[in-house]
Amino acid sequence: MPARIDIEFTLNGVRTRASVPPAMSTLAMLREVLGLTGTKYACGEGECGACTILVDGRSVNSCLMFAAECDGREILTIEGLAATERGERLVRAFTDAGAVQCGFCTPGLVMQASALLAADPQPSEAEIRRAIEGNLCRCTGYRKIIDAIVAASSGPDPALAAAGEGQ
Amino acid sequence: MSAVSENRELATVSLIGARIPKMDAPEKASGRARYIHDLQLPGMLHAKILRSAHVHAKIVAIDTSQAKKLPGVHAVITAADVPWQRPIGVAKDHLPLKPDRVRSLRDEIAAVAADTPEIAEAALGLIRVEYEPLPVLTDATAALEPGAPLIHADRPGNIAMTFDYSHGDVGQGEAESDVVVEDVFRLHYVTHCCMGVSGVIAEFEPNGNLRLYSNTQVPFLHKREFAELLGIDPGRIRIIQPPIGGAFGSKLDIYPFEPIAIFLARITRRPVKLVFTREEEFLASPTRQPVLFRLRSGCRKDGTLTFRVAETLHDNGAYTSWGATTPFVMMQTVSSLYRVPHCKYHTRAVYTNNPYAGSFRGYGNLQATFAVEAHMDRLADAIGMDPLEFRLKNAQEPGETTPQGMHFRTCGLKDCLKSAAERSGYVEKRRAYRARQMDANPVKRGIGMASMLHVGGGAKIYPSDGCGTILKLDDFAHVTLITGASEIGQGSETVLAELVCEELGLPIAAVTVVNNDTDITPWDVGVHASRTTFIAGNSAIGAARKAKAKILAAAAAKSGHAPEALDLRGGFVVLKASGERVIELGKLIRSLHFQDKAELVMTTHYYEPPSKHQDRGFKGDVSAAYAWATQVCEVEVDTQTGIVRLLRVTGAHDVGRVLNRLGIEGQIEGGVVMGQGYALTENLIVEAGAIRNPCFRDYKLVTAPEIPEIDVEFIETMDGEGPQGAKGVGEAPAICIAAAVANAIENATGVRITALPFTPENVYRALRGAAQPPQWRPAD
Repeated sequence: MPARIDIEFTLNGVRTRASVPPAMSTLAMLREVLGLTGTKYACGEGECGACTILVDGRSVNSCLMFAAECDGREILTIEGLAATERGERLVRAFTDAGAVQCGFCTPGLVMQASALLAADPQPSEAEIRRAIEGNLCRCTGYRKIIDAIVAASSGPDPALAAAGEGQ
Repeated sequence: MSAVSENRELATVSLIGARIPKMDAPEKASGRARYIHDLQLPGMLHAKILRSAHVHAKIVAIDTSQAKKLPGVHAVITAADVPWQRPIGVAKDHLPLKPDRVRSLRDEIAAVAADTPEIAEAALGLIRVEYEPLPVLTDATAALEPGAPLIHADRPGNIAMTFDYSHGDVGQGEAESDVVVEDVFRLHYVTHCCMGVSGVIAEFEPNGNLRLYSNTQVPFLHKREFAELLGIDPGRIRIIQPPIGGAFGSKLDIYPFEPIAIFLARITRRPVKLVFTREEEFLASPTRQPVLFRLRSGCRKDGTLTFRVAETLHDNGAYTSWGATTPFVMMQTVSSLYRVPHCKYHTRAVYTNNPYAGSFRGYGNLQATFAVEAHMDRLADAIGMDPLEFRLKNAQEPGETTPQGMHFRTCGLKDCLKSAAERSGYVEKRRAYRARQMDANPVKRGIGMASMLHVGGGAKIYPSDGCGTILKLDDFAHVTLITGASEIGQGSETVLAELVCEELGLPIAAVTVVNNDTDITPWDVGVHASRTTFIAGNSAIGAARKAKAKILAAAAAKSGHAPEALDLRGGFVVLKASGERVIELGKLIRSLHFQDKAELVMTTHYYEPPSKHQDRGFKGDVSAAYAWATQVCEVEVDTQTGIVRLLRVTGAHDVGRVLNRLGIEGQIEGGVVMGQGYALTENLIVEAGAIRNPCFRDYKLVTAPEIPEIDVEFIETMDGEGPQGAKGVGEAPAICIAAAVANAIENATGVRITALPFTPENVYRALRGAAQPPQWRPAD
């Protein structure tokens, strides 16, 4: 096995190269090699969802994916999502709904919610609950997280509406 | 309308009771918040700890020579390298690095600092330890038996702590009883599961001062403890708290990993970061205290409680942390949740080789409420009275001082009972579900209630309970609120800003809160005991009122109006009566700075009001105000599988007054679901001293699809001492759930289960009479 593997992929819309040890996880690469610390470690074995990222649009626990597997793929992290309109809208919805307390699970939940809304812009509450089932939160009891995703999924985007009014 | 002017408009109406989003939510939700795990200092090393391979053993020899040779390793230390280390913990009963004996599997034997965590981990594998196993003691009852091995040679009988309390004459109470019930309850191990794992960064500055990036809940108290540990002046220690990924009481004590990181930083003269893995978090962070609880209670036929005798045995684990002191809270529920004329309470916390217990949201009250509220139902049933009526008959009222000496200036218990019962349909459903116990449908429904009493106005656990505030006004009417209060996710920064804005007529956006650096912030006892809104809130209001008085005096001098005729609203000094604007606040402040050379930095402090501190017999007051709640739980019990589903929680909470509605709802919902986990899913399995399920796959937290419908009413009793009338609420919502679920399962099935948790296996066995009920075996 080579000591390092050279990979090239799209990270938050930017072509990115990295040289990674074969056993390194995508989570470790993001946090330790690329300095993107918004993706959190909370269990390291795919049980909590704090490290959720999008890989070619699908939500993935980045702790369970080898960094080398990112080669040729499109990776979106919370830093990339938060810089998009959908991301801003989700951050605002989580904030306004009171869905954030200690906040450690929140980036993963925002990513999970983004994946859900991309697949189904108007999910039912049961579908929302099911979609975030793999994301653990110890502070909020989930109620306000569900409310936030409902808010983000309904009606016109408030940011776009406000921009329209201003013109 | 611009955001600024919109905010200013909003600030002309009261903020109290509004839904105010948490101030740091955007940076957390967008991944920008930098937790300890995210910090990377120049030259920083990474540390790992070698823990014991035996539950109880002598350490015969440790060989670190091979580990030291590994490239990238900067230091490998054992107790021999830090002969100056001192004991830590509530009872100062253990050293961070164990020199000659290990007493539990979490015990720290050696530690490594290396260039990367991977190298440090590899180095641990090269350390050789020779042990001589000792007899293992992993049962609290066995620890009390004559001849049991001693966990600590200087603690005879393995007793870590005892608590004794009594009032009245329980013999007389029993003689006056028409009905007496007795049960033994067993409360299990659970753990905090903060999503952010434990971690610390220690760094010595060139002048020898220690800078600690810490998740502590009590930075000022820990400054002193670390100073004693290192033999340096506490003034040379600075504790910075980055955003904390959950605490729930777990960070009230110092644990060995913190001193160990400090030792490594001192030896290597480099910043040292030590962060747990999740497995380590399960194995080496504190638990809620497991309790064996024998309760005997009586009442008269007319529904008057006559006496209670409680005896509890706490498995302290190998060392003493705050878990050992939870009986202090438990006895309050036993003596004073309801009126009990005769009461006796006895607790022993004993050493074993098990994991050791810390403080955890509710602080013993979940355990005590579980037992007391089971007996409220049993006694009511025994005399044929509805449990709601029975509770109302014995409930405390405002103005009472209990025989223990707790004084309830405000008390909404009766309103809580009535509200939760009415909105849930408790009385009718309980009757209907009981009638269905014997019908053919194997899926049963049940409803149960429980109430609680908890400190809500600070807690006299330390000799003083206070908090300081510094409030600074800049030229543009921007406020910097510097508070001693620590933030662990509960929303203190937002509620403190709200209280200040309410006084100064400013929008939340006009405030910056600084709350995480002991070199900057004023003194505070720490975030615990649901005290921050009450104590730090009163302190913040004090500073804001000083600022307001200064501003209005200046405005009066400039405008010719009397100061009493003026007020602050919407960013302006206005006439109180008409709301007419006199001068813009920013403009006034600029003139004060430039023309009047005014000082616009306010300092203040708040200490809990004088009251009768508890004496050695635990008689006296423990808080300036008390929080009350009733929660009704409705469950579905599948008698074929033992699966219990929590369908609906109807709560009524006496919170004094709602300050931030969004924040308080979040506290209640989060607490309810934490209580749900305690009741139904969470179980830290400790067998022969080993934790068998140190991962989220096997330690089951509640997930989003499982949460109940939650309906909460707030009972606003407007506490005279509370900030804007508010009382503490942080711990309250978790306390009643397990007790109410137990009563609901009994209502559904006719079976009273006295041991937690209500996992399918345990419920299935209990319903078939195949579960061994908890036994009380300790000698009296």
